Amino acid sequence: MTKPKPDGSNGEGPAAFNPLPEWLRNEGEAADVVLSSRVRLARNLAGHLFIVKATRKDRQRTLEVCRDTILHCSLAPHIAWYDLHAANPADRTLLVERHLISKQLAKGRAGGPGAAEDPRAVAIGLPDERLSIMVNEEDHLRIQTVRSGLSLAAAWKEIDAVDDRIEAGLEYAFSPRFGYLTACPTNVGTGLRMSVMLHLPGLRLTGDIDKVKRAAADMGLAVRGFYGEGSDAVGDLYQLSNQTTLGKSEASILHDMEHEIVPRIVEYERLSRRELITRRRVGVEDQVMRAWGLLTHARLLTTDEAMGALSLARLGILTGILKATGGAAIDVRTVNQLILLVQPAHLQRVVGRELDQEQRRVARATFVRGRVCTAS
Amino acid sequence: MKCDLCENEATVRETSRRNGVTIEKHLCEACAAAQGIDTGGGAFQKMIEQIASGPASVNISIVTGGTKGGAARLSVCPSCRLTFNEFKQSGLLGCADCYRAFEGQLGPLVERAHQGGVAHCGKVPRRQSAGKPASPVATSSGLSLEERAARLRALQLQLEQAVKSEQYEVAAKVRDQIRKLGGSEA
Repeated sequence: MTKPKPDGSNGEGPAAFNPLPEWLRNEGEAADVVLSSRVRLARNLAGHLFIVKATRKDRQRTLEVCRDTILHCSLAPHIAWYDLHAANPADRTLLVERHLISKQLAKGRAGGPGAAEDPRAVAIGLPDERLSIMVNEEDHLRIQTVRSGLSLAAAWKEIDAVDDRIEAGLEYAFSPRFGYLTACPTNVGTGLRMSVMLHLPGLRLTGDIDKVKRAAADMGLAVRGFYGEGSDAVGDLYQLSNQTTLGKSEASILHDMEHEIVPRIVEYERLSRRELITRRRVGVEDQVMRAWGLLTHARLLTTDEAMGALSLARLGILTGILKATGGAAIDVRTVNQLILLVQPAHLQRVVGRELDQEQRRVARATFVRGRVCTAS
Repeated sequence: MKCDLCENEATVRETSRRNGVTIEKHLCEACAAAQGIDTGGGAFQKMIEQIASGPASVNISIVTGGTKGGAARLSVCPSCRLTFNEFKQSGLLGCADCYRAFEGQLGPLVERAHQGGVAHCGKVPRRQSAGKPASPVATSSGLSLEERAARLRALQLQLEQAVKSEQYEVAAKVRDQIRKLGGSEA
């Protein structure tokens, strides 16, 4: 693997990625509960067929037009461009695990025969990976910015400016009534999705997590797992996002998420953690230390087991349990980083070779043990 | 919380009312699917099905030139040739012109998907706003003057279309939104 060039001329795959991307830095407001804030805009080009009706030739043309604009409008200090139809499957999975592309973009249109060759790409702002732009996903452009902690306003400010720069070079499909026109009418209007990645182990242990999910659903919000649509909430990680994009302005969506909804959930989680410490301390200590035992002594670990144990270790650090019980002096950033590195494609990158499922379980346990014991 | 019917974790909640009594079910994905409850995966497609084939819209006309005085109701988009049936199956439109071609059918669908939202409110591409920079001045509605003006224009257009196509419920909602923004529906 070679280091990607900022001019986008490589297409050789993601190589020298940041070991701790922005969304795992544990910085910013409410980082004890909110891992990251993510803002996404869906945009389509006027005069270009949407993906479902576009032939391969049409999609190639769209891709080229987008690439010319994206690489020449100074969006970030360095922009790496990856043609995903030319990338190998391991690299595509790596990008999914880093939350830089969706599973759908990794697979290609509809995932059917020949889908892997569908012209599609991603542009990534390096070195922090705060900006990524998927080309030819469900919409021609899916622009995304991410920030550590609860920081939707900063993420929105950045994406708004990126959107303006791209729009200076491309004409978007837009109607006065429906706003920015998207392939699926559920995204039409602002095309804006604001989401936060929440770590909610306290609410799971108190049994109140279902109340939060129900309340979120009643407010018209979507609650998804770690890898978005259709994924489970492994490691007590949940993604919460707005669903309404028509009839509400960007400012209104931002205000509701950043000042009304998310702070309440953050407070609820913090309250749950305090209650667990004061009323159910032994039970929580037991859970945290069992997880710690798994991380430091297990010889075989699945991804979900590792994620579950890392979640409890994170809770143990943030509540002081791990230190008080002589567990370790490991920090939250190391745990956050491990959440990423235990994923299959990252693990194989760390080890430097392809592994089957059983080999991965051994390698994962060995790697985690080494990293946790060194850190503490 | 466990599923009411098996040992799996309940991830689906369904609330219904029967004979005045509220019945709440907590089910896992598999049991919910077995009972015919949509668990979200195909929610949008199901909504399309309900709206497009329900009794209220049985009269969707299959014409190619628009209906008299109303919003266009076409069976096929003249630009990309996507049929409304194809859209019902995939949930995806084929081009920007599909919004105009299927406007009559999409209106109620979009309104339901966006919790009553009927018209765009917010950012407008600079090309559309004739090169005028967005005004930083906010109004009492929390919108900039530019946003408010754009929204009022869109709402007035929609009100006109709703009245023409005799969609009076939609028209009433749009009128309320216009009043809320301090505009006039005339």
